[in-house]
Amino acid sequence: MYDVIIIGAGVSGSAVARELSRYKVRACVLEKNEDVCTGTSKANSGIVHAGYDAAEGSLMAKLNVRGNERMEQLSKDLDFPFKREGSLVICLHEEDREKLEKLYERGMKNQVPGLRILEREEVLAMEPNVSDNVAAALFAPTAGIVCPFGLNIALAENANANGVEFYFDTEVKEISPIEGGYEIRTNDRIYQTRYVVNAAGVYADTFHNMVSEHKIHITPRRGDYCLLDKSAGNHVGRTIFALPNEKYGKGVLVTPTTHGNLLVGPTAVDIEDREGVNTTREGLDNLMEKAGLNVKNLPMRQVITSFAGLRAHEDHHEFIIEELADAPQFIDCAGIESPGLSSCPAIGEMVAEILREKMKLQPNPDFVGTRKGILNPETLTKEERVQLIKEQPAYGNIVCRCEMITEGEIIDAIRRPLGAKSLDGVKRRTRAGMGRCQSGFCSPRTMEILARELSENIEDITKSGGNSKIVVGVNKDSF
Amino acid sequence: MKAYDIMSASETPCLHEWRTANGDHDSCKAASSTESANHDIMSASETPCLHEWRTANGDHDSCEAASSTESANHDIMSASETPCLHEWRTANGDHDSCKAASSTESANYDIVIIGGGPAGLAAAVSAKKNGCESILILERDRELGGILNQCIHNGFGLHTFKEELTGPEYAARFIEQARELGIEYKLNTMVMDISHEKTVTAMNRTDGLFEIQAKAVILAMGCRERSRGALNIPGYRPAGIFSAGTAQRLVNMEGYLPGRKVVILGSGDIGLIMARRMTFEGAKVQVVAELMPFSGGLKRNIVQCLDDYDIPLKLSHTVVDIRGRERVEGVTIAQVDPHGKPIAGTEEEYECDTLLLSCGLIPENELSSGMGIDMNPVTSGPNVNESLETNIEGVFACGNVLHVHDLVDFVSEEATAAGKNAAQYVQTESDRNACAAEKAETNQRNASEQITLNPIDGVRYTVPHTIRIDRMSDTLTVRFRVGNVYKNCYVSAYFNDERVIHKKRPVMAPGEMEDIKLSREKLESFPNLKTITIKVEEA
Repeated sequence: MYDVIIIGAGVSGSAVARELSRYKVRACVLEKNEDVCTGTSKANSGIVHAGYDAAEGSLMAKLNVRGNERMEQLSKDLDFPFKREGSLVICLHEEDREKLEKLYERGMKNQVPGLRILEREEVLAMEPNVSDNVAAALFAPTAGIVCPFGLNIALAENANANGVEFYFDTEVKEISPIEGGYEIRTNDRIYQTRYVVNAAGVYADTFHNMVSEHKIHITPRRGDYCLLDKSAGNHVGRTIFALPNEKYGKGVLVTPTTHGNLLVGPTAVDIEDREGVNTTREGLDNLMEKAGLNVKNLPMRQVITSFAGLRAHEDHHEFIIEELADAPQFIDCAGIESPGLSSCPAIGEMVAEILREKMKLQPNPDFVGTRKGILNPETLTKEERVQLIKEQPAYGNIVCRCEMITEGEIIDAIRRPLGAKSLDGVKRRTRAGMGRCQSGFCSPRTMEILARELSENIEDITKSGGNSKIVVGVNKDSF
Repeated sequence: MKAYDIMSASETPCLHEWRTANGDHDSCKAASSTESANHDIMSASETPCLHEWRTANGDHDSCEAASSTESANHDIMSASETPCLHEWRTANGDHDSCKAASSTESANYDIVIIGGGPAGLAAAVSAKKNGCESILILERDRELGGILNQCIHNGFGLHTFKEELTGPEYAARFIEQARELGIEYKLNTMVMDISHEKTVTAMNRTDGLFEIQAKAVILAMGCRERSRGALNIPGYRPAGIFSAGTAQRLVNMEGYLPGRKVVILGSGDIGLIMARRMTFEGAKVQVVAELMPFSGGLKRNIVQCLDDYDIPLKLSHTVVDIRGRERVEGVTIAQVDPHGKPIAGTEEEYECDTLLLSCGLIPENELSSGMGIDMNPVTSGPNVNESLETNIEGVFACGNVLHVHDLVDFVSEEATAAGKNAAQYVQTESDRNACAAEKAETNQRNASEQITLNPIDGVRYTVPHTIRIDRMSDTLTVRFRVGNVYKNCYVSAYFNDERVIHKKRPVMAPGEMEDIKLSREKLESFPNLKTITIKVEEA
């Protein structure tokens, strides 16, 4: 019997696992997909919000500000990309100034540091590509950007290094109370555990409702995004938000990414399908239209890919992080929509604290709170790089020519704990295939490396696990 | 707005043998005009002509390294075990010269050529023939020849060799010349950066990260395919969506079948050729959709690649949705209006496991931009003068990195000029250095006699963009493309305001590169010539 089973290897589940691994505990994470970071955590804005959006006194507000505070040190400890470049909320019309001021006041109450309202000239001096119609803006210097894959993978790897087990392709089908805990039936086998942490993103209501009479409801709220080439990456230097809209929150933003691209999105459409991550014509058209309102001359011809993600929107728009009243030892980590990514360090802390207290957990003496990411040779001096290639020639072989990713990095991504098993797994860990040609040139070569490292046939290499094989056979095999 | 106008000027409309689709109206004279079905059934294994000559030269290891079976040994191979993997080497496998070159930490070459495809090879051969002894080609792939290696259909080389060759055969002709001329090259070598001062930083497994100082640089990096993302096709993002060139590589070079039930977007010749290729390999190609109201491919290719296999071609259609979460399960195709917008109610569903995209090529100029080269928004390639020299003196460009071509023959022709000009530049520079006073004088002359080429009225761009009369050859070929289909029109060239050339053309299409020839004598005799305007005129 496990002490704790966490459902979901997204950023919440992985943050909980990592914080929990500070204690002596037998824990595992069950993930229905083939890798960590495959749901909501992989398709979002990658923003670390300052914390002025969430309602005063809400859990969202508290965890957002706390998560933001912790993110910088965490990024150093776990070696993932994070930049505190600040954000601007753009007010285009004088008559909306009141809304901007409200946002400022809320931010002050939420104890967001450094907030200032800037006038038109100051905004344009700071961000020349903001619309000429700008009247004023709310500047939040503590806002930042993070690589969502990097963050999620780092948390999971560190949890795993500290003893938390991860089971992939393991879909939870049924949860039932048993003596001293719960029995979890999956597609694969049956697990028993004292505690359950429900960090299942858009499926969190499903699991919650399996054990509780107090039903919750989560709506998958789809957002379409466009990612622009690095040549457009300097179009703005900070995250540019629109004034929040009553119904659908923060609206379409334009932001640099930690890797130097420009990201535009998201739209907000409530859907039924919890796997409905398809982009739509209306969504993409809508994006183009909305993004142009706050940022001028957006080079939309530089789009290299578009994608959609689902926010796990709970009806009351609040994080639900608690042990269920009518289902003891079942802890929800539900309704984690924006600012979920920003809050995840604090979410992990909070859930781990609940568990520590309930189970009287003792510190894990072997806990190592740091983790080294995949070496990025570009961070080395020339001499160091020459030496590295001498020792490991694979670091001299560029596989992804757009992002300049070497074979050495790809091998590292595959061989490390919780390593990549698919093209998307390699992509999220190294960026190979994430550049302007979108894997046109490197995918056949990455497939070769995966096949070699995993001792698989090329025909068995997938894009993202399951039935997503890249090639279906060999030439003329049907004759 | 006319249908064809939906391609914006900055879009490099898809052209050529290896290219394009949704907006792929071009016809690809190149791969197609003489293609015959017989040759297409050649399998990849029959075509590694590059390996053969290497083997013949006793360069056995490099042959293995270059083949697609290269794999697990990679990491444990040491340079000494595999002397020919990617180290310095001349094209005839001359080990001595390899060693000589690799022993220097930071080598110097007169001309460094970035890219060993058709453009780089022709430029190297030409530079050598024009007296340059010190040339190095840097190639990122496992073998020389570039994208030609995966174009195993025939129809290449009619202009250059007066016969029909396959892509690998065409490449081999140039590789063989390079071998005979003893031109050095490095494979599996990525150029990371080129400085304004022509210091080339490159990297490979054997040499590590290294620098080469060049007197002249020839940019010949080619192009890449427009991806699904850049086309903004909505839907899911499952496995089974390939750019046509990636699928072509998997099938023709690696022997893998990318899918069994295929829909192709784009009817340029590459799309058409892949329709037939996939059919040969056992896949069912259901339909080819083309955004434009006319095919980008040649009539005979439509007959030989589609009609002969009962593959329908849907003009003015595009893909509006992709279904399938893990692997493609189907796509929706809809008719488009004259602006290229899908018409509601015309959607048709196709069940398929694969979508091939043949939607245009984009010159790969990240290195060029990085070194401060002035780019042309229409071609997405550098602006060049009559010598195919960029705004940085001694840096030349040719082939698809300069502007996307329709025929490889024209790439070779252009690259030959670039190679010659680079060789002359190197020669002139050393002469000039011998006499500093003359240098100043020459510079002054350069500044005073520059003519600007001005493409208007249907002519989208020209290469070159400027001409210095004193530097031009007796006859200069000016290449350009038109932005629309024109029938029975004229191409005219105005010297200042006077019409000097008026050439009748029965048909011109965006997919076919056009050219006019300018004679030096004529330019010299025209008083005070500042601008040459090139345009399409109605009959």
